Amino acid sequence: MWIIVLFFAIGILLGRLLRAHSSLIRLADQLAMVSILFLLFVLGLSVGLNQEALAHFGTLGLQAAILTSGAIIGSVAAVQLLSLSTRRKR
Amino acid sequence: MKSSLIILVCFVAGILTGRLAPLPSPLELDRYTLYLLCALLLFVGVSVGGDHHLWQTIRQRDNLRLALLPLLVIIGTLFGVAAVSPVLPTLPLRDALAVGAGFGYYSLSSVLLTQTRGETLGVVALLANLMREIATLVLAPLLVRLFGKLAPIASGGATAMDSTLPIIVRFSGKEYSIAALFSGIVLTTAVPFLILIILSM
Repeated sequence: MWIIVLFFAIGILLGRLLRAHSSLIRLADQLAMVSILFLLFVLGLSVGLNQEALAHFGTLGLQAAILTSGAIIGSVAAVQLLSLSTRRKR
Repeated sequence: MKSSLIILVCFVAGILTGRLAPLPSPLELDRYTLYLLCALLLFVGVSVGGDHHLWQTIRQRDNLRLALLPLLVIIGTLFGVAAVSPVLPTLPLRDALAVGAGFGYYSLSSVLLTQTRGETLGVVALLANLMREIATLVLAPLLVRLFGKLAPIASGGATAMDSTLPIIVRFSGKEYSIAALFSGIVLTTAVPFLILIILSM
């Protein structure tokens, strides 16, 4: 799976080299969007074919909601440290 | 927000096709999706690396607080997810953390987790990270009032560089746009690395 990250790193370097050519960067953006749409269609397809995943969709949504609450509360609480440090400086 | 809708339509269209069309198992597709995933990350990399904001903000190295912002979002998110994960006994902590490490980047995190851990976790990642984006859009004014102007940037995670940036600028102020962009770009870049690191633990 790490090969994916290698492609990502190559992409960043390539983007850095090509950053003057904004049309190419925009093309990469659009190609990324098309790949994402296709991959999510495939994800939907495998969910649709999987009776079990479909039956548990509500449970998965609840799990997602709980995880997201934790993520948002945790991250908002953590950046409070920065706000506190500014207030002290003033 | 418009692109979120298109993405959801694609996902739902996939579900309906899977339900209605008598297709063979999508195992055949699996092999090709890995290639497409590599291509996707190459494109995302080019678009991140070609973003002139990235190199601009990195040059403002004097601002240590700016650099700390995405780091704190990462730490806070992972601690928050770990704190709620005992409520979900069927979900291993590692999987919960990997979902959290999407930081709102639902398209990439769901596709990555589908490929590595199966479609069930892929769906959880899609829903959880989509909820993070939507909650940030809806709650931004409340978050600013209760927890200060950095709060929607934290809540937005990776989306603070694009889909939630307008709402952050509106409620936190224009002077926070650089912080939002920087935090969003760093988190977007961190998503594939962190997900794979967490899964390999």
